[in-house]
Amino acid sequence: MARITASVFTSHVPAIGAAMDMGKTQEAYWQPLFKGYDFSRQWMKDNKPDVIFLVYNDHATAFSLDMIPTFAIGTAAEYEPADEGWGPRPVPKVQGHPDLASHIAQSVIQQDFDLTIVNKMDVDHGLTVPLSLMCGEQDPKTGSWPCPVIPFAVNVVQYPVPSGQRCFNIGRAIRKAIESYDEDINVHIWGTGGMSHQLQGARAGLINKEWDNKFLDLLIENPHGLAKMPHIDYVREAGSEGIELVMWLIARGAMSDIDGPAPVPKVAHRFYHVPASNTAVGHVILENQ
Amino acid sequence: MALEKPYLDVPGTIIFDAEQSRRGYWLNQFCMSLMKADNRDRFRANERAYLDEWAMTEEQKQAVLARDLNWCMRTGGNIYFLAKIGSTDGKSFQQMAGSMTGMTEDEYRAMMVGGGRSAEGNRYVGEDGDAQAHRQPQGAAGAAGNTNKEGN
Repeated sequence: MARITASVFTSHVPAIGAAMDMGKTQEAYWQPLFKGYDFSRQWMKDNKPDVIFLVYNDHATAFSLDMIPTFAIGTAAEYEPADEGWGPRPVPKVQGHPDLASHIAQSVIQQDFDLTIVNKMDVDHGLTVPLSLMCGEQDPKTGSWPCPVIPFAVNVVQYPVPSGQRCFNIGRAIRKAIESYDEDINVHIWGTGGMSHQLQGARAGLINKEWDNKFLDLLIENPHGLAKMPHIDYVREAGSEGIELVMWLIARGAMSDIDGPAPVPKVAHRFYHVPASNTAVGHVILENQ
Repeated sequence: MALEKPYLDVPGTIIFDAEQSRRGYWLNQFCMSLMKADNRDRFRANERAYLDEWAMTEEQKQAVLARDLNWCMRTGGNIYFLAKIGSTDGKSFQQMAGSMTGMTEDEYRAMMVGGGRSAEGNRYVGEDGDAQAHRQPQGAAGAAGNTNKEGN
């Protein structure tokens, strides 16, 4: 049977990808940020999964205002890095896992969550920056990501976006789905995006370190309580685009302690840094016990 | 019964809800078109002619030509979409966001390196934080008459 062994939480700021692509990671501005991922890159090598289930948001890339799915699961065999206006990021194609993805889609829909099934889409920085952060630089032609990835896109662009509770609950359904897959494989679930994020208007650049760190505390210790936090709290405290953080609850909801007798997961790594471009960066790795 | 919109009293912020989405449909679809290199070239070659291919309002076109992102937002633009105008211009996201505050690029960057904007006074309209309308523009770019007279 397939199992989830760990969850990874990280910001996915586009400037981080640009810094890597342009060889700026050792500059004074970026060095402290990338240092926070040194542990994570080694951890990825030591704990290589068979599949990554990667929760992220599409930034008006695969989905325009023509179609706005609340939850979309990628069931394709591969995904091209998108041209977001600067040209595509020079990173490898992302290989999918159509068999497991289709299995999860069927199971989660049968658990009463409506997913949009996507067989063709390009993936933007929301998906490729976390892979770059965790796996390091990869040559676009000769390199490759360590394993197949199942993209799971959440609408956090057009309101109303799904509540924290709904995200948490869908994470629980995803765990059940993965555990009902017959093949004996090791899956990581990643929640990405967010930490203080106000990208617009006169309030741009809002950073609330205290709130962000409290969020990380609650994510680890009291996710059931955190799931009840209303959207408006994210907006007032962490910025209008701080709402991206609801996606972290999907990954947390998929951990063993949520519905079972398992202990709280082990915190393998925790990191927080300001600034990365306009925002804060948060990062946690949790291991099921 | 009216829909709940508790986000209307957050200063310096426009939440992209269904109403904004309807208003901004063509503006945002124009932005999406800039994901193709050919379209970026055509836009750069003759911005006005390219904009005239879209069913945008005249005000939306003027807001794009002026590169006034706050103005674009007021007419229904969404920042994730508007970012594609900035990338077409070769600007970083930090430059785009900074342009909405009335600060120069250096002023905005310094604020971020210094730990960013405080949430204090910036949670509700009517407080006295630096994102409040009565405290705009925030820096030398706005003082020079460029942007953001209304703080959104």
